[in-house]
Amino acid sequence: MPTINENTMIKHIIQRLCSTVLLLLAVSFFTFWLMHATPGSFFDSLRLNPQISQETVGRYEKLYHLKDPLLVQYGHWIINILHGEWGYSFYYNVPVTHVLGARLFNTFILSFTSLLLTWGIAIPLGVWAALRRNQWVDRILSVFSFAALATPGFYLAVLLLYAASRWGALPLGGMHSPNYDDMTIVGKIGDTMLHLVIPATVLSFSSIASLQRIMRGNMLGVLRQQYILAARAKGLPEHIVIYRHALRNAFNPLVTLLGYEFAALLSGAALIEIVCSWPGLGSLLLTAVRSKDVYLVMSSTLLAGVLLVMGNVLADILLTWVDPRIRYDKKN
Amino acid sequence: MTKRINSSSRTQLAFTSFRRNRVGFFCLWVLMILYGLAIFADFICPYSYQDEDRSFSYCPPTAVEILDQGHWVHPFVYARALTFDSLHRRIYVIDHAQKYPIHFLKNGRLFTVDAPGRFYLWGADARGRDLFSRIWYGARISLSIGLLGVAISFILGLLIGGIAGYYGGWIDSVLMRFCEMFMMVPGFYLMLALRAAVPENFNSVQVYLSVVVILALIGWASLARIIRGMALSLRERDYVLAAKTLGVSDIAIIFKHILPQTISFSCATLMLTVSSYILAEAGLSVVGLGVQDPIPSWGNLLSDAMAIVPVIFAPWILLPGLFIFIAVMCFNIVGDALRDAFDPMFKES
Repeated sequence: MPTINENTMIKHIIQRLCSTVLLLLAVSFFTFWLMHATPGSFFDSLRLNPQISQETVGRYEKLYHLKDPLLVQYGHWIINILHGEWGYSFYYNVPVTHVLGARLFNTFILSFTSLLLTWGIAIPLGVWAALRRNQWVDRILSVFSFAALATPGFYLAVLLLYAASRWGALPLGGMHSPNYDDMTIVGKIGDTMLHLVIPATVLSFSSIASLQRIMRGNMLGVLRQQYILAARAKGLPEHIVIYRHALRNAFNPLVTLLGYEFAALLSGAALIEIVCSWPGLGSLLLTAVRSKDVYLVMSSTLLAGVLLVMGNVLADILLTWVDPRIRYDKKN
Repeated sequence: MTKRINSSSRTQLAFTSFRRNRVGFFCLWVLMILYGLAIFADFICPYSYQDEDRSFSYCPPTAVEILDQGHWVHPFVYARALTFDSLHRRIYVIDHAQKYPIHFLKNGRLFTVDAPGRFYLWGADARGRDLFSRIWYGARISLSIGLLGVAISFILGLLIGGIAGYYGGWIDSVLMRFCEMFMMVPGFYLMLALRAAVPENFNSVQVYLSVVVILALIGWASLARIIRGMALSLRERDYVLAAKTLGVSDIAIIFKHILPQTISFSCATLMLTVSSYILAEAGLSVVGLGVQDPIPSWGNLLSDAMAIVPVIFAPWILLPGLFIFIAVMCFNIVGDALRDAFDPMFKES
């Protein structure tokens, strides 16, 4: 039995990957077209720059096939990507991969921390609210979640930065202190964590609110089921009914959300990164868009897409792991 | 005598149940007041949005005085003079000798003071423009952009979702893959990429419209998916079969028999989408990619506040964020209340 499930599971994941590769291609072509459909490109400013010789510009034009039609250019870009050649960032004046690598890691740290925070806080809060339905805890949490969902993340970030400027214990943006390079390993980790506090809090704030509501709803739904009544009727202690029977079933639907959560996180992280001057993918993309740095924009959107797909596939695998009833041999 | 039967349609029932939700109804009123203030900004604000006086940069909020040496008098404000303290920071010294009475209903404005005096109810920004006025002029942009964007995404979502759900099969899967393409890219990244495509020589109206279109393009896909789901189940209904048997065309069935059924529920979703668009516009404007400066929006008013130093010396520039908060919260609560009203099954018993 498990082998059949595993096979269909692998088939499902392969199918999923194939369709996402197509999607990624479509998205990247769309971005490529957008960047070229607009007047002005980075090459215009290169051409006007007296410090760069016409030969250099000509070499770039040849390298990136800029004289060719759009589709040919795009084809060359794809082939280069597959060869690990991600293009050149004209703004930063280094290969795109050099900039992206570090930025990706930073975004990952930030997103991962807030993911942990969100799930660690929202699930218990949701269960708590469901068990104390319509009591004051539930009401306070519901007011809190409405307020949290209505607060723009960047605004909360500024408020916290303002508070930190008054209080003086937390750093005002950035990722490292100026003397970071002189610190020991432990000091470096501590320093980064201290810088993480504000952006990670802001980033998880609204997701905690929405996840808490969803968890509460799921939990209430499960508690109404017959098997909970049966479990209580046969005299199981309440904590076993709640934590062994209800919680697991209420938790399952949330795993699918994990994939989407990742998209929201990346998207939300972009603005917070900019406000807190966290050197991540989002703030990179903003600079790239502003300076029309084509290959940097393309690569960062592509990377964001890939991260998202990975998040979704991970959620799928996790889901079959927590809920053995789920199979992919049926169309669903 | 026959007994009169009171019957009401589903929509009527929903509205009665909505009216019973006191918080939801209150928030609807708050929203109407916000929209009213935005529409009548010309009348309510003492200054136009670009009326600047650089000698009052970051002038703190002006207090309205109604007591003069212990007597009730016509409201007035004291004059202020800009000086620098020992650290060369701007401070505004109140000049008790000079008073400017507040005129009501003068020059088509609700309240103003005479020219050399300036009246900053909620403080001034870096260029000495009145924040109170700019907030209400900005409300025009921020509150309308969400509505317009939602109107476009709603039309797109209804059309595409309706067609996908009604026909099913390969049309459905092609359209849904297309939707996924939009849903897959993180919203803010898509927004930035789309914004990069907007030519830089656009005037403010064109920028405004392009922001509307960008927002609409981000949100239509999830609306289309919801409507598709509803259309999928609606097309199995008997009345659709009846319409088909009578030879009604597919287009007519979609527009007359399927889509109207989905509207009541999507109404609630729409409210929630408006609030997400208001937030998205604010995000775009805050990084300087939304509506451009002389024209205010709640987002670009906050872009000054993104640097920590001005906030420390002039905390009132954080005020526009409060209005974003209020508007978004009200839209969310009204949306929730509407959803509960239209879909009693959704509400937990």
